Amino acid sequence: MSNEKMKEYWSKNLRYLAILLTVWFVVSYGFSILLVNALDTIRFAGFKLGFWFAQQGSMYVFVALIFIYVSWMNKLDREYDVHED
Amino acid sequence: MGILTWTYIIVGLTFALYIGIAIWSKARSTSDFYVAGKHVSPLANGMATGADWMSAASFISMAGLISFIGRDGSVYLMGWTGGYVLLALLLAPYLRKFGKFTVPDFVGERYYSQLARQVAVVCAIFVSFTYVAGQMRGVGIVFSRFLNVDINMGVLVGMFIVFFYAVLGGMKGITYTQVAQYCVLIFAYLVPAIFISILMTGNPIPQLGFGSTLSAEPGTYLLDKLDGLNTALGFAAYTDGTKSMVDVFFITAALMVGTAGLPHVIVRFFTVPKVADARKSAGFALLFIAILYTTAPAVAAFARTNMIHTVSNKVYAEVPPWFKNWEKTGLIKFEDKNGDGIINYVKDKNANELKIDRDIMVLANPEIANLPNWVVGLVAAGGLAAALSTAAGLLLVISTSVAHDLLKKAVMPDITEKQELLYARISAAAAVCVAGYFGINPPGFVAQVVAFAFGLAASSFFPAIILGIFDKRMNKEGAITGMLVGITFTAAYIIYFKFINPGANTPDHWWFGISPEGIGTLGMLLNAGVATVVSKMTAEPPEEIQHMIEDIRVPRGAGAPVEH
Repeated sequence: MSNEKMKEYWSKNLRYLAILLTVWFVVSYGFSILLVNALDTIRFAGFKLGFWFAQQGSMYVFVALIFIYVSWMNKLDREYDVHED
Repeated sequence: MGILTWTYIIVGLTFALYIGIAIWSKARSTSDFYVAGKHVSPLANGMATGADWMSAASFISMAGLISFIGRDGSVYLMGWTGGYVLLALLLAPYLRKFGKFTVPDFVGERYYSQLARQVAVVCAIFVSFTYVAGQMRGVGIVFSRFLNVDINMGVLVGMFIVFFYAVLGGMKGITYTQVAQYCVLIFAYLVPAIFISILMTGNPIPQLGFGSTLSAEPGTYLLDKLDGLNTALGFAAYTDGTKSMVDVFFITAALMVGTAGLPHVIVRFFTVPKVADARKSAGFALLFIAILYTTAPAVAAFARTNMIHTVSNKVYAEVPPWFKNWEKTGLIKFEDKNGDGIINYVKDKNANELKIDRDIMVLANPEIANLPNWVVGLVAAGGLAAALSTAAGLLLVISTSVAHDLLKKAVMPDITEKQELLYARISAAAAVCVAGYFGINPPGFVAQVVAFAFGLAASSFFPAIILGIFDKRMNKEGAITGMLVGITFTAAYIIYFKFINPGANTPDHWWFGISPEGIGTLGMLLNAGVATVVSKMTAEPPEEIQHMIEDIRVPRGAGAPVEH
């Protein structure tokens, strides 16, 4: 792979990371810690919303983030022909 | 059949299974021993990572801990799962592409320095030993509670089992036993949780029952009920926190980053065949972990509601039999201070008459909910699976660090692969004995040093590895100074508040209100900051290292061939 291509691949990778880690941060540190009291004024079934994010929601989002990352990267690997099989 | 018979049968069967797997998966090469020959499928690696990660503390203590601290418990839930996102996105794929055996391997080669490797080896061994002592103790405790044997006897049985499959099979044996152990532990965790969820809310899924209305009081949500019960007894409402926001923030971050920096977790991602598999198996690992971690807070809320209902303000003579059973173990203590024969459970220490060990919330759950006897046996087998699988993973890191990083790469570079394998087995055996010794004679400070393991992992490995991948300019001077500063700062802070001056361990004395549990986050930032500044002022890394970094950034092929 040429140097140009390699740089492009890497910067796309970094952009994906920035997007996913922003969501990671907002859900865990934002919703579940910094904004938890504000969100707790909203009800979500039998939960206060902030409490739900802190003890349930954040973990569901974490799992989803990794699988989104896997699918984005598999696509990117093929696009730049650096996939392994 | 009685509880004890069931427990012996189920625990016996699972142990036979682990030994069978050990014989079937004997390691034949160092690659087998260190990284299971890199043949593990992503799904199997996900399960093995789950069992590796979830220890006796996750299985036995976490739900109970949350049930006593309510919303503050989310630091553990998020801290011990959110780290996998960092692991999957920032570490696993690149370390797999690097393709060697250990974390010190990466640190040593990336920073072209024996010193860097040795700093990493010392950290890896220290972190793993701190952790493993608690696991062997956990095995002994489960044995003594469920099988009526002496704790020390329990530790010895645990040592024998781990010895068998860790020494014989190395990573290969450990991986496939961990897959089995994951299945045992998750089944054992979910069965009582589902039963109790149905019992209390009518919903078979604990995660949903958690937010449902109570069967006994239609129209009242479980959590509202629990908030009311808590406040009536003088406690903070269950869904409110009592820790300061800044401390919650820093503890969560230290646990997340520490998780991503723990060598026994990282090394699991060296065992899969491809980079794409490393990414995928991190996803599976977190999925399998989240099944237990999203159930735990539900169990915590059910158990607390149940417990308050069953015992608070009840006549002592009329409490159900499980209460008396667990009183014998000393995990429940009732002292009738005002002599009225009624159990007063309140926040006020002088008036409170009931002491409950947090472990009871998981251990006694099947009895509290009147579940069949085999479920109790299952919980015992689950607790053992959790403790044994984590112990084995840690022991492997220790033996690999000694045989590979210390002997082969530093002291005796000329040994053949066969000799190296023998040394790996010997050091695994020695590590099992040392761990067993600590299990039988637990150092008084085990509880305090858990903060250490995470703090050190967070302030040493994590920044060194991340910068090694994402900052091409990072050199050995920067990385080594960073690691030393990070470790020294974190260790000093923890040692001061935990050992030298425990009396001052209050929010008023903490820096910026950060507790010793959360200080690893600051140590990590310090490490990264110092490393970056120092590296800017010193020579850039050699060209072949820069090529190596380009190489690990892509799954296949790179700009130029790399020699390594």
